Amino acid sequence: MPEAIQPINAQNMKQRIKSYSNSPGSLILAVLVGLAALITVLTLVFILGYILVKGIPNLSADLFQLEYNSENVSMFPSIINTILMTLLSLVIAGPLGIFAAVYLVEYAKKGNKLVSVVRVTAETLTGIPSIVYGLFGMLFFVTTLKWGYSMLAGAFTLAIMVLPVIMRTTEEALLAVPDMYREASFGLGAGRLRTIFVVILPSAIPGILSGIILSIGRIVGETAALMYTAGTVAELPSSVMSSARTLSLHMYTLASEGLHIDKAYATAVVLLLVVLVINWISGRIARKIKKG
Amino acid sequence: MKDVKETIMKYVFLICACASILAVILICVFLFANGVPAIGKIGIFNFLLGETWKPGNDIYGILPFILGSIYVTAGAIVIGVPIGILTAIFMARFCPDNIYRFVKPAVDLLAGIPSVVYGFFGMVVLVPFVRDFFGRQLGFGGNGSSMFTASVMLGIMILPTIISVGESAIRAVPNSYYEGALALGATHERSVFFTVVPAAKSGIMAGVILGIGRAIGETMAVIMIAGNQPRMPKGIFEGVRTMTSNIVIEMGYATDLHREALIATAVVLFVFILLINLLFSLVKRRGANA
Repeated sequence: MPEAIQPINAQNMKQRIKSYSNSPGSLILAVLVGLAALITVLTLVFILGYILVKGIPNLSADLFQLEYNSENVSMFPSIINTILMTLLSLVIAGPLGIFAAVYLVEYAKKGNKLVSVVRVTAETLTGIPSIVYGLFGMLFFVTTLKWGYSMLAGAFTLAIMVLPVIMRTTEEALLAVPDMYREASFGLGAGRLRTIFVVILPSAIPGILSGIILSIGRIVGETAALMYTAGTVAELPSSVMSSARTLSLHMYTLASEGLHIDKAYATAVVLLLVVLVINWISGRIARKIKKG
Repeated sequence: MKDVKETIMKYVFLICACASILAVILICVFLFANGVPAIGKIGIFNFLLGETWKPGNDIYGILPFILGSIYVTAGAIVIGVPIGILTAIFMARFCPDNIYRFVKPAVDLLAGIPSVVYGFFGMVVLVPFVRDFFGRQLGFGGNGSSMFTASVMLGIMILPTIISVGESAIRAVPNSYYEGALALGATHERSVFFTVVPAAKSGIMAGVILGIGRAIGETMAVIMIAGNQPRMPKGIFEGVRTMTSNIVIEMGYATDLHREALIATAVVLFVFILLINLLFSLVKRRGANA
């Protein structure tokens, strides 16, 4: 949490009323600002409350059965698919992003041209809408590399999508490691590699983790990028080359078919719970980083 | 031996750093190579300014979808930007600590909710509400799935972006600005709104531009609530189809030129996003120089 704003003009109630009656414009501004914040918070409370209240009664044991069929649109296969997809994407994007950040912070010299190019491309990647990623994945992984609708194609598409997130957070974490650590390690005769893997990366772990967790949030919530890369088969995959529907895509299918709205509510509850847990964990990590 | 390992790993790190460059190049090459020929075949003016989209008759005009995207995004700005900026000001300069503890996680949560959940919420709550209240009681007509509904939903979805970027921009303004205004006799509100906020202008603008990028690229939430009729937008309570929803809806069964025309739609969307990104970095750089 940022440091508190210290009021240097602390007024009591009487003075405040007096100053507001002298300048009614200020009162209006104060009310507007409070109102806007209230709208923001109430919107969230309403969305969360509505979906949880309507959805929790629909969470039945049937929905967690291993088999998906047209009578029981079980979300269990999709949950497993989501977990597998998340792991696969992170296995691809994690090392890439972390190593890229290591190069940017530990190896590149100041004013290196490559660094600014990498920054610009990472920023561009951040802005690209997920449907464009989806089309690219379809054109490149599915069609050109002939992987077909597969978990692997989906995971690679998502990996490109979360790469800039992991890179940026890792970069910040590495920059936050005091130079003292590096100097001490070099001073003890350690080489560059040893310094990086034994001294610098371990002390940057909380920052790196926060990037990974942000990425998990994006992967779990992603729909458009997966529709034409991983496909929509709602069964457990036999290998990374088989099509697999994740939870968000499952929910979209249920909602747009319109036959199982109650099941869609239940799926929404599960998705929201994942988001809540992710936010809780990242909040804890942020606090830990701040404590140092 | 040790030196060899060091050198090898240095290049491994270097190659990883180039991954994002490679990704951007691949995305550009594949999108443009697959989309641009279609634009050539259809004719750039017929494609961009054509008012009819009838894949069955080989007529591909995407003006309705370009306008749809722009209108929906404009609506989202009208709704999201004032609330977002005011909330950012509240969080940076008005909020007592014990309230901040709740507002901050609330904004983070808003950012974390998947777009398909937003879309679903819009479908089961907003669409019926717009149909019954605006459509029937106020007599605007329409079946609820409309430009207006999509704008409200997108307005909510871009709130967290605008708020968090705006808040940090306002916090970055030196406190002396605020104190100076107070010392001249301005009230707290006057100092904040007329000295602190103008000083954070470019940061706030950057947040708004990011929000626009998010709104124009949003797909799932819009598909579920905007109606998706492939015709020129008729009014704010009528259905509308955006570029993003056009791609998702028809990609599943499109072949040949139809398929290429959809990829070309993505190219147009991509160019929009690149322009927005450019604008973003310009605004940010101007802010850094000022």
